[in-house]
Amino acid sequence: MGTAAPGGSFGLKVTYRGGEGMLAWAFHRISGIGVWAFVLLHVFDIWLSRVNAPLYDELLSFYASLPGRMLEIVLGAGLLYHALNGLRIIVMDFWPPLTRFHTQLWIAVWVLFVVIGLPVVYVIIKPVLEGRA
Amino acid sequence: MSARYSRVGRPRPQGSGRELAIWLLMRLTGLGLFVFALSHFLIVHVLFDPSNQTAQWITDHRWGNDLWRFTDGTLLVLVVFHAFAGIRTIVSDYVGGTARRVIVVIIVILALVLAAMGVMAILAAKGPIP
Repeated sequence: MGTAAPGGSFGLKVTYRGGEGMLAWAFHRISGIGVWAFVLLHVFDIWLSRVNAPLYDELLSFYASLPGRMLEIVLGAGLLYHALNGLRIIVMDFWPPLTRFHTQLWIAVWVLFVVIGLPVVYVIIKPVLEGRA
Repeated sequence: MSARYSRVGRPRPQGSGRELAIWLLMRLTGLGLFVFALSHFLIVHVLFDPSNQTAQWITDHRWGNDLWRFTDGTLLVLVVFHAFAGIRTIVSDYVGGTARRVIVVIIVILALVLAAMGVMAILAAKGPIP
C-alpha cells in the first residue's frame, strides 16, 4: 500500500493496513454515504409528491427509465451490502470471539449478496428486456 | 474518540455517556433497518414497479392504510437517525476542533429538516393531491 508502513499514517488521519477487514470497512463507508445521499433525494421526492404531484410523477418516470433502473440497481446493491455487512459488524461487536472469523463472515456476506441480489436485478430490469420501459 | 484499530465498525466508546448511547442506537437502528429498509425496497421495486408509481398511487395503495403510514414513519425515523449519525462518525474521523462542532450542528439541523419534510408528507397523505 504505497510507502505507508502497516498501521502507519497515509498523510491523512487514516490508519491503513489493507486486507479484507479494511475493504469491508471501506465498502461499508462508501455504500453508507451513497444510501445517505439517496435518502436525501428520496425524502425530498416523497415530500414533492404532496406539494407538486405532476413534478413527482415526472421524476418517477425517470426512475422507471433504463438509466433510472441502472441507478436503482446500484442503490439496491449498496443497500444490500451495507445491510449484510452491518449484521457482520453487529455479530462481531456483541460476540467478540467471532471476530477471528471476520474473513469467513465477509465471504458469507458476498455469497448472500449474490444469491439475494441477482434475482432482484432480474426483476428490476425485466420490464426493459420486455420493451415495457 | 478511540484511535484503536478496529477490523469491525466504530470501536465501542468507553464509559456510559452520550457516545455509548449513539453507538448502541446505531446498532439497534441498523437491525431495525435490516427489516424495514430491505422490505421497503422489495415492496416498491419487486412487488411493485416504479413505472406504475405516481403521487395518486401512493395515496391509494401505500398510504391509504394507517398501518403503512405508521410503518413508513418508523422507517423514516430509523433511517434519518442512522444515516446522519453515520455521517457524523465519518466527519469525526477526519475533522476535529471547532470545524467538527460546526459540521455536527449542520448535520443535526439537516436531519431535523429532512425528518420534518418526511413527517409532513406522511401527515398530508390523506389530503387532496395538489
